[in-house]
Amino acid sequence: MRLQKATHYGLYAVLELAQDPSRQLSATDIADIYGISSNHLAKVLRDLGRAGLVDSVRGAGGGYRFSGNSKRTTLMDVINIFEDIGSDSSAASDPGDETDIGGALLLVLGEIDDIARATFGSITLDTLIKTMRWRQEREEKLET
Amino acid sequence: MTTDQSNLQMKIRPAVYSDLQKIIDLDAEVSGLAKNEYWEDRFNRFTERDGRHLIVAASSVLGDVHESVLGFIVGEIRAWEFGSRPCGWIFAIGVSPDHRVQGIGEQLFGAMCDAFKADGANSVRTMIARQDQLNMSFFRAQGMMGGPFIELEKPLD
Repeated sequence: MRLQKATHYGLYAVLELAQDPSRQLSATDIADIYGISSNHLAKVLRDLGRAGLVDSVRGAGGGYRFSGNSKRTTLMDVINIFEDIGSDSSAASDPGDETDIGGALLLVLGEIDDIARATFGSITLDTLIKTMRWRQEREEKLET
Repeated sequence: MTTDQSNLQMKIRPAVYSDLQKIIDLDAEVSGLAKNEYWEDRFNRFTERDGRHLIVAASSVLGDVHESVLGFIVGEIRAWEFGSRPCGWIFAIGVSPDHRVQGIGEQLFGAMCDAFKADGANSVRTMIARQDQLNMSFFRAQGMMGGPFIELEKPLD
């Protein structure tokens, strides 16, 4: 599945910062790491700030710092700032939805949406960062 | 495995018959359902059996023989269901609500994985309801991810 660009940028930024909450990074620093637009990322960081996940630090050497709770914040919490995944209330009905085939197809799409929401909702920022580290350790172990 | 916390000792060990009622009570507290016959059946089929494990986190005050059960985990080796190679399956875990976020679940999970590895398995699986965010988050925090199988079901009317 594909996430919207802003959502992706938001996840990159919040996960990068959550790795070390004592560290400050500018929008340009983060954009350089992920090869993305710093202008677009700056807007995303403002949205993350309004959601209470990052704090901006003013002045020389300023930037952004993670201010949330990485053990309680899930990927779904971040995604919800930027888009709705399969929310019934957000989906406008399409022509054909009221037909039998349309209804059967909606069941299948609903199943996929339910799985996506359950998956994103069960992975905290802390868990994703730990998963990344476990994978790195496993790859290093397999190489030796 | 033993953990000390002031004068409280906690042990991760295989369940014994004297743990049965404590497990029934803990499971009833956690799940809201008392399942006496279910747990009696589990005890008969899972204690001291190859490839089947019922492990508890038991706590006692130093010098006292009486133990409380703070958590449990149940699992077994399953093989060849729809081509699945032998792997460990965890199908129950519970930790006393008063003792959560203390690493007990993590220790129980670790002990079960060690038991599965000793049985020759090289992977562990479980099946969690989509709405069960607590257990889903717990198992993911132990490094588990979506596997190659999908649970399917149909009502029998």
